[in-house]
Amino acid sequence: MTNAQLIAGDPGWLIAVKALLVFALCVLLTLMSVWGERRLVARMQQRLGPNRVGPFGLIQSLADGVKLALKEDLIPAAADKVVFIIAPIISVTTCFMSFAVIPFSGEVTLFGKVTAMQLTDIPVGVLYVLSIASIGVYGIVLAGWSSGSTYPLLGGLRSSAQVISYEIAMGLSLVAVFIYAGSMSTSEIVEAQQQWWYAVVLFPSFVIYAISMVGETNRAPFDLAEAEGELVGGFHTEYSSLKFALFFLAEYVNIIAVSALATTLFLGGYHAPPGLGFTEAWLGGWFTMVWFFAKVILFFFVFVWLRGTLPRMRYDQFMQFGWKVLIPVSLAWIMIVATLRVLSLNGAPRAATIAFASAVVLLVMLVNFGFENAKNKKKNTPFAEVSEPEFAVPQLPIKVSTINVSTGKKGDQ
Amino acid sequence: MSDHIEPMKKKEISVNEVEFAQIEQNGPKNLFSQMQGFWVTFATMFKKVNTVSYPEVKEPTAERFHGRHQLNRYDDGLEKCIGCELCAWACPADAIYVEGAANSDEHRMSPGERYGRVYQINYLRCIFCGLCIEACPTRALTMTNEYELADETRAKLIFEKDDLLAPLRAGMLMPPHPMYPNTTDTNYYKNEIKSSHPSQEVNN
Ligand code: SF4
Ligand code: SF4
Repeated sequence: MTNAQLIAGDPGWLIAVKALLVFALCVLLTLMSVWGERRLVARMQQRLGPNRVGPFGLIQSLADGVKLALKEDLIPAAADKVVFIIAPIISVTTCFMSFAVIPFSGEVTLFGKVTAMQLTDIPVGVLYVLSIASIGVYGIVLAGWSSGSTYPLLGGLRSSAQVISYEIAMGLSLVAVFIYAGSMSTSEIVEAQQQWWYAVVLFPSFVIYAISMVGETNRAPFDLAEAEGELVGGFHTEYSSLKFALFFLAEYVNIIAVSALATTLFLGGYHAPPGLGFTEAWLGGWFTMVWFFAKVILFFFVFVWLRGTLPRMRYDQFMQFGWKVLIPVSLAWIMIVATLRVLSLNGAPRAATIAFASAVVLLVMLVNFGFENAKNKKKNTPFAEVSEPEFAVPQLPIKVSTINVSTGKKGDQ
Repeated sequence: MSDHIEPMKKKEISVNEVEFAQIEQNGPKNLFSQMQGFWVTFATMFKKVNTVSYPEVKEPTAERFHGRHQLNRYDDGLEKCIGCELCAWACPADAIYVEGAANSDEHRMSPGERYGRVYQINYLRCIFCGLCIEACPTRALTMTNEYELADETRAKLIFEKDDLLAPLRAGMLMPPHPMYPNTTDTNYYKNEIKSSHPSQEVNN
């Protein structure tokens, strides 16, 4: 039976129980992931990380939450009060909502009912997640705008630009998955990956999704919306106490949410890795949840790893990367995937498929060659001679030390 | 004198005549070398951490670490501080407050004429630069290696003379008491008094 059939007969109370379970899981996972991130990043920097509160510092995030709750709740005088209060609420609720369509497990028995750990299975499940994610941006944008102060405004603007551009790339990367699975329902996409994970089949899509999900969640190296060095705290500069805690929660729930979506769409969801299929029957089917969360945690680790390794990107580079690289590449890739799919669905001969694939490879090589050429040409053109300015300029010192990257020739301009 | 100073010559220097120091910059690395950064952080996770679990594990400080101050004594127990306030004047953070007073034969805290009656160091201000130590003419003021100075109130962090005075060691007597018989403050200064004399035991 598919998940959709399994959960179709759920009575109301079971749905309520499952909703509660999912919510509790999310909150727990968030607390654990905050702790996990701090410990991991600390390790990457040869530190210990929080290890005081509870065994191994496990309840550190809980202690932090309590501390935040007891802090004074400030609302700046220049703030737009209503929006200021609503913004974090939007942020938090939307990121929880995307969990509704994520299938956490296969067939399991809960309180004597045969069901699956998935709240609801709508035919356009993935689109629903995407739309919810875009509403979540409102939280950040409105927070930035309503704070009535400069840094939050800049952070909010950055964030909206960022999320809009990366959402396009993200949506496009998912199109290939839709084409291959022939469905937009999360559980059906999982089922379609019984044989091969889409991370393997649609590797470019997976890479694009992985990059854009980091951009989408405002995480390092794409955390321009809250860049501490430039914008103090970005959109949440003016927030304190519980409202700040909500943003914090939202960020981490968001990370888990995009990781869960990535797991569902590219890593075979709750299914065991190839060759370990027998484990799925363990614990009456509940073991599939272990696989699911193992994959989610793997993604989370990558998030932390990125943060521990890469410096923050410059804003213009970041936008350039999104618009000039990710989106065109996604578009081209979709065309290729669609063509291949049509070829195989119409029973085209193998030779035709191979010919098409080789043509694509040749084309890519050609484009790459052109790019390299243009780059070299640009590198080798010297700067044009500039005439003396007419206004007074300060005298040059006798010996100038300069880093001359562009030409590689000795002071000859 | 001013006519000996040469007027500055205006000399136009063209950019092309300026000597450049070439610095090699190779531009961005290839993808593989960029990926090596990920290996660095990953491998670091399994290295021994540098953290010292401070309250449980206390590493000894460097030998000459600048810690809490101490007001020293001569070997018979008299205080070294003469209340000269040089330390207070040297202090860049204005952390020291000294009030000197005159010694008398009935009430003698230090050899010589004067002693420090009030001596306070404000550890909310002190930056542990050690300039006060350098200023002190009698080596009355030195620093210990003690660094655990945190406390709950501001008042507690203003250390009084009692908090700063060195403890009495063997052979020392609690002042006030007279000087060693037949000596002057110069003998004290030259460190010739090695222990107290029975005649100094007036209070004890
Ligand atoms: S160590 Fe420096 S700051 Fe502290 S009391 Fe001495 S002179 Fe002042
Ligand atoms: S500690 Fe030294 S410098 Fe300061 S008042 Fe006493 S004798 Fe003078």
